[in-house]
Amino acid sequence: MTMTRKAKKPAAQRKTTAARAKRAVVLVATRKGAWIYHGDAARKTWRVDGPHFLGHTISHLVLDPRDKRTLLAAAKTGHLGPTVFRSTDMGKTWKEAAQPPAFAKAPEGQTGRAVDHTFWLTPGHASEPNVWFAGTSPQGLFRSADGGITWAEFSTINDDPQYREWMGTAQDGTPDGPKMHSIIIDPRDARHMYFAMSGGGVHETLDGGTTWRVLINGMEVVQGFGLDGTNPTCHDPHCLRMSPSNPDRIYQQNHCGIYRIDRPSDTWERIGKTMPKKVGDVGFPLVVHPRDDNTAWVFPMDGNSVWPRTSPDGKPAVYVTRNGGKTWQRQDAGMPKQQGWWTVKRQCMTGDTRDPVGLYFGTTSGDLWMSRDEGRKWSCIARYLPEIYAVEAAEL
Amino acid sequence: MKVLIPSALRSYTESSHAEANGATLAEVLLDLDRQYPGIHFRMIDEQEKVRRHIRIFINGEQVNALSQPLNATDDVVIVQALSGG
Repeated sequence: MTMTRKAKKPAAQRKTTAARAKRAVVLVATRKGAWIYHGDAARKTWRVDGPHFLGHTISHLVLDPRDKRTLLAAAKTGHLGPTVFRSTDMGKTWKEAAQPPAFAKAPEGQTGRAVDHTFWLTPGHASEPNVWFAGTSPQGLFRSADGGITWAEFSTINDDPQYREWMGTAQDGTPDGPKMHSIIIDPRDARHMYFAMSGGGVHETLDGGTTWRVLINGMEVVQGFGLDGTNPTCHDPHCLRMSPSNPDRIYQQNHCGIYRIDRPSDTWERIGKTMPKKVGDVGFPLVVHPRDDNTAWVFPMDGNSVWPRTSPDGKPAVYVTRNGGKTWQRQDAGMPKQQGWWTVKRQCMTGDTRDPVGLYFGTTSGDLWMSRDEGRKWSCIARYLPEIYAVEAAEL
Repeated sequence: MKVLIPSALRSYTESSHAEANGATLAEVLLDLDRQYPGIHFRMIDEQEKVRRHIRIFINGEQVNALSQPLNATDDVVIVQALSGG
């Protein structure tokens, strides 16, 4: 038998290797292009790389955590059709998908759907390298098996009459169209997936997309309009996040509050009722702590009257729970104390895996904020970008 | 035949004009895509409809049907409609 032992690296080399291993990258998708921010090991200084795709609307920019080098960007312009761009050198060069997400051509005499934009990108399970999923507007679910080069409709839901009814039409969704989002793969089982539709409820498959079931028990609907709470069409989940440390726990920011579900329960519990009444529990983004399933952050939004979609009372703040939603604490140190009328969209808040966790959010007014201490203090690391549509953090 | 390419699509052709062949408008656009992969889907959706902000003119006349027959001497102009002020 032969035994081998790795030679110990010199201290200086170890330090360099450790610093490289922890290099932070923040991927910012905006209404007018994409930017990549490269941080130092301490996350204190940032080097900007961009714009990429100036003039393109980038809905999502995501790095594959499995190879740490494949970047996908969901893009369109105001005048051209949608596409997906791919880079394998951190954005030095980009290549367009050979077959972007597209619905099947409708039979002669029937009206088919056309993808307006790809809204959401999710890398597949660790056991399935090169698999990606995409959610579109109008709502559709797509899959790539070759790292985003070619895409095909996934599952049967895109043409399922029941799902088509739940997906609604352009009039039923968000202002720029209904959106399929929050595509989540259970890290323990590639066949176990969730997705959410805004509007159209939360859905789950246990068999890799062959069959789906609705997961809306406990979710409330807007009161006063006679909406049927048992109908998925009436539900508008804004953002789902699975706890990285406990895949059985999922948090949800909904049009009607903040929720949590602990599987195998099939009923959501509204945990946002403990938020301050003046702030409420309407919002879009949500982040879960990478190692503590009791800790989550939200960014509340004014959802009163005509839905101004601003920070409540012009006073932006993150709220954190450290006990699964029993109580919430305001975290606004460093943010404007008044006259701050921006808000944060559903893909625009994220965290890294450091200790303490770094949190990042991008605003509708084009500013990129971060906290190096789990939300206790905030600082603005980039200003004057276009309206921010998505923020993702990665570590190289 | 010669095809005028709008500025928004010149990242594909790297030129204001391209040469493409075909007996119909659909064939010409597919020939463009063979030469410049991806350009077709930016102009024509999966239901084979010209996208909302794209206009195509043949010899000065706007054409909506991809089945429009073409001659080798026809002048094809693709325009990115400037909408929104």
